[in-house]
Amino acid sequence: MAEVEEYVGAESVATTDEREVPAGGGSRGGEDRARHTFHPLIELTLIRLREFLREKEAVFWVFVFPVLLALALGVAFRNTAPEKIRVAVESTTNSPVAEQIVRALSVSGEIEASVLEPAEAARRLGGGSVSLVVRTRSAMPATENSIADASSASLAPANQARVFAPEVEYRYDATRPESRIARLAVDDALQRAQGRAEVARTRDERVTEPGGRYIDFLIPGLIGLNLMGSGMWGLGFNIVTARGRKLLKRFAATPMRRSHYLLSFMMSRLVFLALEVVAVLGFAWLVFGVTVRGSLISVAVIVLLGALTFSGIGLLVAARPTTIEGVSGLMNFVMLPMWMLSGTFFSSARFPEFAQPFIKALPLTAINDSLRAVINEGAPLASTWAALAVLLAWCVVSFVIALRIFRWQ
Amino acid sequence: METISDTTYAPSVSPPAVRPRATALRCDGLVKRYGDLVAVDKLDLEVFAGECFGLLGPNGAGKTTTVEILEGLTAPDGGRVEVLGAAWGTAHDRTLRERIGVQLQETQLSEKITVAETVRLFRSFYPRGRGVDEILRLVSLEEKRAARVGKLSGGQKQRLAVACALVSNPELLFLDEPTTGLDPQARLQLWDIVEKFRAGGGTILLTTHYMEEAARLCDRVAIMDHGRMIALGTPDELIASLGADQIIALNATGELDERRLTNLPGVRGVRRTGSESAYALTVSDIGVALPALLAELKTEQVILNTLTTHQATLEDVFVSLTGRMLRDG
Repeated sequence: MAEVEEYVGAESVATTDEREVPAGGGSRGGEDRARHTFHPLIELTLIRLREFLREKEAVFWVFVFPVLLALALGVAFRNTAPEKIRVAVESTTNSPVAEQIVRALSVSGEIEASVLEPAEAARRLGGGSVSLVVRTRSAMPATENSIADASSASLAPANQARVFAPEVEYRYDATRPESRIARLAVDDALQRAQGRAEVARTRDERVTEPGGRYIDFLIPGLIGLNLMGSGMWGLGFNIVTARGRKLLKRFAATPMRRSHYLLSFMMSRLVFLALEVVAVLGFAWLVFGVTVRGSLISVAVIVLLGALTFSGIGLLVAARPTTIEGVSGLMNFVMLPMWMLSGTFFSSARFPEFAQPFIKALPLTAINDSLRAVINEGAPLASTWAALAVLLAWCVVSFVIALRIFRWQ
Repeated sequence: METISDTTYAPSVSPPAVRPRATALRCDGLVKRYGDLVAVDKLDLEVFAGECFGLLGPNGAGKTTTVEILEGLTAPDGGRVEVLGAAWGTAHDRTLRERIGVQLQETQLSEKITVAETVRLFRSFYPRGRGVDEILRLVSLEEKRAARVGKLSGGQKQRLAVACALVSNPELLFLDEPTTGLDPQARLQLWDIVEKFRAGGGTILLTTHYMEEAARLCDRVAIMDHGRMIALGTPDELIASLGADQIIALNATGELDERRLTNLPGVRGVRRTGSESAYALTVSDIGVALPALLAELKTEQVILNTLTTHQATLEDVFVSLTGRMLRDG
């Protein structure tokens, strides 16, 4: 009997004192989780954050690239003083007529005219650095070959005192909008110089305040695009990598709750989401004076819903593939239409009418439209309900399908 | 009441030799098919608590499939599985997972995460278990705790994988080819960890295609081929089943009569190994068999190219059962 007790005793030692038995299996003793780690959801989220921050390229594409893009596009399309209309006045010799035309054109301050040799003028017109070439009678070839896309204005000599009374010809490409505008402006200036009387009284009022500029249009679109990219790639890439490395299978062999694993992606997305949006909005505000006219809470709601929606779609895309190549193809298939159609860089209203219902049903269009309404127009959240409903539908449907078809190995 | 069950019988004799033979793991008639391929073909296994049980076999024998079914990761097409007295696929799967430790053959842990962070993550999945430092000490990775997984050597990665399987103090540890591809030094370190775990009373199911690993670590070994178990026993029993303890392998130029070789004194069996005139003789008494063999070669006027002898191993058991080498696959 003594032996029995000794044997049982040995077993119980193994259970209570780990240090005696270095690799002691067979005992479920040990200390509570709380002494060593946080809740598994927090630990998983921390791992997500570390993985992301230690991937320098990912940090660049998510945080730096959108800001650089906003900077480049904002500078390229900034509204400074309106562009001057650049025209050339042809002259073989230093003719006084050409000089007079230049003077007449510069009265309004909208036209920048320069006297050029015919060959140089033609070269610049072709290269687009001048929009139109003005030819005077004296500069015209002796044989009056009419030239395509040319229009002539014959100024009748009158009995009134004229500064000059040239016969001029405009050379320009009528398919270029800026050339047509130049044609109108130059003709208007010359006719006035000749003493044309205005019939109606008109007045200009110029709109330059923030909210109506291209950069104001662009910023909400960039935020939307960023939400799509980081949501899709953030989940898609990481989950498929983990599946390919059999890490998902390994996790499935632990008592980890599978929902915790997927939720950890949501959590880390939310952390970075705040940073992403603040980075782009803050930058646009500091550099271009882009302001949020509506409430920041409305922006937060849209951005949150948008991020969840694209996480859901990312999860759906990542539910099955085992290789990065496989998921990349799916990812591009899903994102390309939205890149083109959802009105990030120019308004989606430019696409034909029959395509509009389809375009409106895309999640990125819904994010862009509702963000623009709130940021640019100051619309209340409720007025964007249709777009929010589209987002919510995508969100719910993609999550439900993704969780149903998700593969852990 | 003539038959006394193992459990009541055990304590009356000396404890270590006859421990209560509780079953830790059992499967009956296990079947798994992938299309036309039968990966596991009506397999019966029983692993006792506290033993290290080895599944030995070539690649493609069905070892990994079997283990993953037992781990509850793959659903079998037929048969019954019982792990620590419970079945998979119930509401209690999570509680069962808390009691087992798993190392999978192909898992690659995240390269950007450090050793300590990895262990900590796995630890967080279990309500009870060891501390991170304790685990790292156990697998001798304390010095690497701040190193990223991507910077570890193969042996260190594998020890980390085992550490992740040990965080919960499991009762049952699954190791699927834990030392494949490791150098001898790294293999010894891993064996050390496994032996410590077993010494602490843990049960181990180990797959391997290294017979010296099975011979050193395992109390009992099941040899698998084509999804079936073709032999079961302690390593010594299996080797003894050859009826020989030496193997003579020879390569000769010229024709030898297999029957005549078999009839030589001290020879238990003869097999051709691969090429035309390569033979393996299982031999019970090498002192008698070797001179007789050399004499036979002389009378047959066969030129001997190479001749080696070695102690019979599990590899020889496998070869004698299947006619193939373990590593041929």
